[in-house]
Amino acid sequence: MDGAAILEQLAARFGASIVETHDHRGDHTAVVDRAAITDVLRHCRDEPALAFDMLMDLTAVDYLKFPGREDGPRFEVVYHLVSLPHNHRLRLKVRVDEDDAVVPSAVPLWPIANWFEREVWDMFGVVFAGHPDPRRLLMYEEFVGHALRKDYPINRRQPLIGPPA
Amino acid sequence: MGVGSFFTSKLDEAIGWARKYSIFQYPFVTACCGMEYMATACSHYDIDRFGAGLPRFSPRQADVLFVVGTISHKMAPVLKRIYDQMTEPKWVVAFGVCTCTGGFYDNYATVQGIDTIIPVDIYIPGCPPRPESVIDGLMKLQDRIATGAQRY
Repeated sequence: MDGAAILEQLAARFGASIVETHDHRGDHTAVVDRAAITDVLRHCRDEPALAFDMLMDLTAVDYLKFPGREDGPRFEVVYHLVSLPHNHRLRLKVRVDEDDAVVPSAVPLWPIANWFEREVWDMFGVVFAGHPDPRRLLMYEEFVGHALRKDYPINRRQPLIGPPA
Repeated sequence: MGVGSFFTSKLDEAIGWARKYSIFQYPFVTACCGMEYMATACSHYDIDRFGAGLPRFSPRQADVLFVVGTISHKMAPVLKRIYDQMTEPKWVVAFGVCTCTGGFYDNYATVQGIDTIIPVDIYIPGCPPRPESVIDGLMKLQDRIATGAQRY
């Protein structure tokens, strides 16, 4: 199925939960309301015509002070889906505010989401509700803050950690 | 014994001379500098000429710690523990700019020079240093060892 048809099918089924759609050079994207993201992801995985059996990537973007988006939600969590049987791709986005940066976890759908979501929590501070193991992935436990947030000072130095006693 | 068939020396100098030609290094290799370390260690540049041909992969059998590559904050406790496990006398070589100063990794994740964690005897700059630089650093280290100078 080509990307435009996928977006049409999603819009027909989920209605207002699909906030907006667009495509750029053949890459199709749907922005999904947070309340519906788990249902949309499950539909993408289980619907035979879509059959997105692989979560290629799960990441986030910090739009703080981004030109044209100063007022909008600060974070965008991005899902890249691939279907191996159909060889098609789809990108889904969820927008969340800084005060309420919580997204439902995708671990029950794709186990690979476990480490992706830990990385996003570590780097951006987005909480994934229902995650089975919500620890940092890359940084150490004593690290304060979230390093890829745009307001994390580039020259901040944190204390060295010693060997475990 | 005839005249001229013996020589006198201070014990320290004799021990220093022996030590400088029996360097058992521990290569703590974390990044791309490791390739340059391997090039230096292999036959083309052959650090065995300087008595440093036998890397030991246990810190308890080594007397020179080669820190080769970027050290992140998460790796710092590991490096400190490896250093503490080495028996004295021991020396430390910072190999490459990442270990000397953090290099261009001026960011949240990288230790800004391993001398914030452990004492360093010889700094070899370069990104990565050429084998000639490494051998130069090794010879400077030998001079230090011969005089008994240590920083631990």
